Amino acid sequence: MTFGSWLALVVAIVLSAEVVRWLRHRALRHERWRRFFRHPTAAWGCGILTFLIIVAIAAPLVAPLDPIVQPDPVRLKNHAPSLTFLMGTDVFSRDVWSRFAYGARVSLGIGALGALIAVSLGSCVGAVAGYYRRWVDAILMRGVDIGLALPRIFIVLMAVALWDRLSFAWLTLVIGLTSWFATSRLVRAEVLALRERDFVVAARALGVPSSRVIFGHVLPNAAAPIIVSAALSVGNVLLLEASLSFLGIGVAPPRPSWGNMIADGAVTIYTAPWTTLFAGLAISLVVMSLNAVADGLRDALDPRQDPA
Amino acid sequence: MTATPAAALLRVRDLKTYFVTEHGRGTARAVDEVSFDLYPGETLGIVGESGCGKTVTSLSILRLVPEPPGHILPGSLIEFEGRNLLALAPPELRSIRGNQIAMIFQEPMTSLNPVFTVGDQIAEAAIIHQRLSRRAARARAIEMLKLVGIPDPEQRVDDYPHQMSGGMRQRVMIAMALICHPKVLIADEPTTALDVTIQAQILELLDRLQHELGMAVLLITHDLGVVAGHTDRVVVMYAGRVVETASTTELFEHPTHPYTEGLLAAVPRVDTPRSRLHAIPGQVPAATAWPTGCRFHPRCPYAWEKCVAQEPPLLDAGGGEGEGGRHTARCWLVTEPERRQAKR
Repeated sequence: MTFGSWLALVVAIVLSAEVVRWLRHRALRHERWRRFFRHPTAAWGCGILTFLIIVAIAAPLVAPLDPIVQPDPVRLKNHAPSLTFLMGTDVFSRDVWSRFAYGARVSLGIGALGALIAVSLGSCVGAVAGYYRRWVDAILMRGVDIGLALPRIFIVLMAVALWDRLSFAWLTLVIGLTSWFATSRLVRAEVLALRERDFVVAARALGVPSSRVIFGHVLPNAAAPIIVSAALSVGNVLLLEASLSFLGIGVAPPRPSWGNMIADGAVTIYTAPWTTLFAGLAISLVVMSLNAVADGLRDALDPRQDPA
Repeated sequence: MTATPAAALLRVRDLKTYFVTEHGRGTARAVDEVSFDLYPGETLGIVGESGCGKTVTSLSILRLVPEPPGHILPGSLIEFEGRNLLALAPPELRSIRGNQIAMIFQEPMTSLNPVFTVGDQIAEAAIIHQRLSRRAARARAIEMLKLVGIPDPEQRVDDYPHQMSGGMRQRVMIAMALICHPKVLIADEPTTALDVTIQAQILELLDRLQHELGMAVLLITHDLGVVAGHTDRVVVMYAGRVVETASTTELFEHPTHPYTEGLLAAVPRVDTPRSRLHAIPGQVPAATAWPTGCRFHPRCPYAWEKCVAQEPPLLDAGGGEGEGGRHTARCWLVTEPERRQAKR
């Protein structure tokens, strides 16, 4: 670790703590966001996520070394964590901390983009099915049933078999396109209830076109469950990426992602546990943080808990 | 009042809107051969108890009846300025909804979208139909809020519906409906959900706006007090049928159908002290099984064999020729008036 990367790390920690403090301060003004921070783990979740996002964005600053470079494969391999190598080195003598920081970019990036694709698609399909009902609903929901019945790993394996190695963009797309089924069911159920509300009839009576009724009037009212589902989706997508990379069909090495860091370290797990430990820890922490944030959001966005 | 034989703005002929009930329990004939005309500038009241088809009639005009389970039967005609609304393609229908014919609903609490400001909701129709820019539409929305009597319109335009009272929300609904200056306003029980004092304010507002904008109003209500004060002509509905039509004064002076009589007798009066309110016995039967013959006969104090056997057509009840059009009633008493003495 160079002085610069230590400094960047300290700044990242302080910055994420400050962000959470600022959010908390702002939240005091709104009953809803006060409810969010009433969750004991929500603030911690926010803090951890903010920290990892800062690390991902500022990877070139916080990482002392290039994540791919192998400084000395003979003498520096499986070096234990120290002041020079914060998280130790792996079997190829690469700096685990640097790989961790760059891996955060890949893993969180796929998580966020994949979830964005999944939630957008799931919301659209769910809203259309729930609004039009009848045969539109029947066709779309049977499709969703099929999607839910197929194991996702299997679909991705098929994609890999077809196109050999998937690029980052394709991997994100494939993951996103196979992760929207649950969201679409959730949104459909919400829209089925919303479409019977008077304001939908009122909007139609004003001559608002169906597409605008669905996406302009109905869907915004389903924002709360969609946001919660998005938070949970990021975790799911991240886990899927990790398992794919662990199996060697996700992000292509030597590019680091938390999933293939675990795969790389798996061989030396007894002699050099740090090679897998930190990436594994990060994945668990992100998923737990997202669940905590989703729980908080669920309470914050629940109109039934609003003061009358 | 408009007594000129002007062409009807809206003609409804033999409107039949049926609902197929689930589990195959039959067809609910919610609206069955309803006909009436609405002339430019007038207020036509549609009166009746809950469940007699008033709301379904009003929803049918703009084709807002949920399909399925509901459907408007072929042979029905809803003509607006010579165009059959039932035969229009969806885009043409949309260009009439909210633009030429607008509607306000019973529940101002639930008819506004909770996640948008009232300004956005008022402006929407103007953006869609008049292709105004957002800025221009917002200015129009503020104008409309002023027109419907909301104080501080510049501030209130950014309020969300939950920040407003019921009466204010109904004013917002009226502003939404009138922003494109429609020729016809359908008001479906616009004051039922409101306090009595607010009710009077809203009805006065509607009267004033009708004069200012020169539109025709179809006022649907179960409240004869509202009918007396705010309509020119009345259509009385019972069990999916029109049972009596007359000018408002004629109807109150010479109610002919026993159902209208019953409704009038059921209105509480301040000038004649009475211990108990009059009530029409029984209730509106289920729409899946209307009675045979005259649909009112099981509740009618005059009913005789003919009423059970044969349904009367709309008969000319005399009087009221000229102003406000004909007075008609769907009752055999018109042909045999002496039976009025033989009350059960």
